[in-house]
Amino acid sequence: MNITNLFKIAFKALVNNKMRAFLTMLGIIIGVASVITMIAIGQGSKKSISDQISEMGSNIIMIHPGGERRGGVRMDPSEMQTLKLENYQTLRDECIYLSGISPNVSSSGQLISGNNNYPSSVTGVGLDYLNIRQLKISDGEMFTENDIHSSAKVCVIGKTIADNLFPDGSDPIGKTIRFNQVPFRVVGVLESKGYNSMGMDQDDIVLAPYTTVMKRLLAVTYLEGIFASALSEDMTDYATEEITRILRREHNLKDGDADDFDIRSQQELSEMLNTTTDLMTTLLACIAGISLVVGGIGIMNIMYVSVTERTKEIGLRMSVGARGMDILSQFLIEAILISITGGLIGVLIGCGASFAVKWIAHWPVYIQSWSVILSFAVCTLTGVFFGWYPAKKASDLDPIDALRYE
Amino acid sequence: MDKRKVIELQDIRRNFQVGDEVVHALRGVSFSIMEGEFVTIMGTSGSGKSTLLNILGCLDTPTSGEYLLDGIPVRTMSKSQRARLRNRKIGFVFQNYNLLPKTTAVENVELPLMYNSRVSTSERRKRAVDALVAVGLGDRMEHKSNQMSGGQMQRVAIARALVNDPAVILADEATGNLDTRTSFEILVLFQRLHAEGRTIIFVTHNPEIAQYSSRNIRLRDGHVIEDTVNTRILSAQDTLSSIPMNEDD
Repeated sequence: MNITNLFKIAFKALVNNKMRAFLTMLGIIIGVASVITMIAIGQGSKKSISDQISEMGSNIIMIHPGGERRGGVRMDPSEMQTLKLENYQTLRDECIYLSGISPNVSSSGQLISGNNNYPSSVTGVGLDYLNIRQLKISDGEMFTENDIHSSAKVCVIGKTIADNLFPDGSDPIGKTIRFNQVPFRVVGVLESKGYNSMGMDQDDIVLAPYTTVMKRLLAVTYLEGIFASALSEDMTDYATEEITRILRREHNLKDGDADDFDIRSQQELSEMLNTTTDLMTTLLACIAGISLVVGGIGIMNIMYVSVTERTKEIGLRMSVGARGMDILSQFLIEAILISITGGLIGVLIGCGASFAVKWIAHWPVYIQSWSVILSFAVCTLTGVFFGWYPAKKASDLDPIDALRYE
Repeated sequence: MDKRKVIELQDIRRNFQVGDEVVHALRGVSFSIMEGEFVTIMGTSGSGKSTLLNILGCLDTPTSGEYLLDGIPVRTMSKSQRARLRNRKIGFVFQNYNLLPKTTAVENVELPLMYNSRVSTSERRKRAVDALVAVGLGDRMEHKSNQMSGGQMQRVAIARALVNDPAVILADEATGNLDTRTSFEILVLFQRLHAEGRTIIFVTHNPEIAQYSSRNIRLRDGHVIEDTVNTRILSAQDTLSSIPMNEDD
């Protein structure tokens, strides 16, 4: 008995029972299609969250003073004065893994324009800040290098500030707003970014040259923090190491000393969120996997009935020379043909359904090639696993009893 | 006569365990069948003829004694070895035809060769067609089993038994489900195969059939009680001619 003949026999048996074969397949089709669709939806939301994170600046690195103790008491980082403007300049000049770097100082207070006012804070930054935070100017322009040199009293405001200080909708560009008695000329308005995933209003922002904030508002020489962005997300670790090395040198820290600064990147956040969405994907895949198992039990059920119904045929095949192995293979191949055909149709329907969800419901959907391969492999294994028992039962039949079976 | 012994039974016994009781279906059966014989095995129900048929067909093995099929000892063979032996040496014809449903005549005849990997697809088809022509169904090749009459189905079954060129054809009440006229048509076919030199064993409880065979073995209670050579073989063709045509034919 060669394998081609077995396939012919099995195929013929399925064709002779088209309706039943299709109904059995349906279980597998639904199982595979739902696995693929569920994983596509799960992975789609994962991708959309990670897109949101990189919108916030996935390469972002935040350096804050930290770790300092006085007499055993840890200090509030914002009160520490260890991060100097010179540190920023050294990092800017020496770091090769950074695509941008900006100092960060801020002062909070009340913004006033005419008879409108709004509580906010002015953040002193460098020119790179826009790129680091993925901000864009929608109206007007960013302040210039010259403005930084001259500590000019100019600012760029976010949408929320513009709406609150100019509720009549008038163009804020060129207008003067006052912050804690200091007048600032508005030179630009930022494009709206909405709320971030932590629920913070990203448009509640006023940017001014860091020199202006340090000298004219706060009169300090130290920085609250330094924002930088690595060349790419993968380079974040190298950049972090490089910054650590340079800052330790600049701060004259000895080998055993702890860092007196603190470096954070968005990577941690994105890892945390990935864990959440992966969990969701796993749950969805489990539910879909269960339907695949149910489909497999459908195969087993039908094959079992089929073996009983075809007992006489099995007896005949044995009497003309089919060995137990031949009968076992025939029924196993039938089960596998059902599951593979069902699997293929399921893959097509799963991909189709994923696109349908994308177009109709506008959900983020992302078909994973591994989910297609995995579900296909699982359904083939399902065919083997659930086809085995009925096939074994068929091959163990005694030809004499099988021939007499009515 | 230096003809081969196709079948040789030496003191065959077959016991079945039914509950606490041991049933002796065969209690020491010995005979030989030569190539080209047409043997009827007769007996009432319970005589052991079904058990004997199962043993002759290598579907069952004797409890003791030796069975040589074409010189090959069968008793110690494994299940799959016996399957292979059935595939090469035996052609079965059953009372209820046992054709595959929804399958054409030629595909039914091909079936034994499907389990013989030495026969190619084209040779398989050719042999099946030849066998169908030999039983007079050359014009019914592509008919499905449910589109044929009982006589035609039995012819397909005989063609299936012939297709592997077996050492022996085992017929189990092969005319039992057919009307008188069709029964004789089938008997004519068996006599023709006999004339061509085939070895045929025909198990039946119908004593009439014994007159058309070359030898008759009678069983009772697991023993051979009669083993006679028929010197006056009737021609089934003659008998058939004397039977009036069926009106619905």
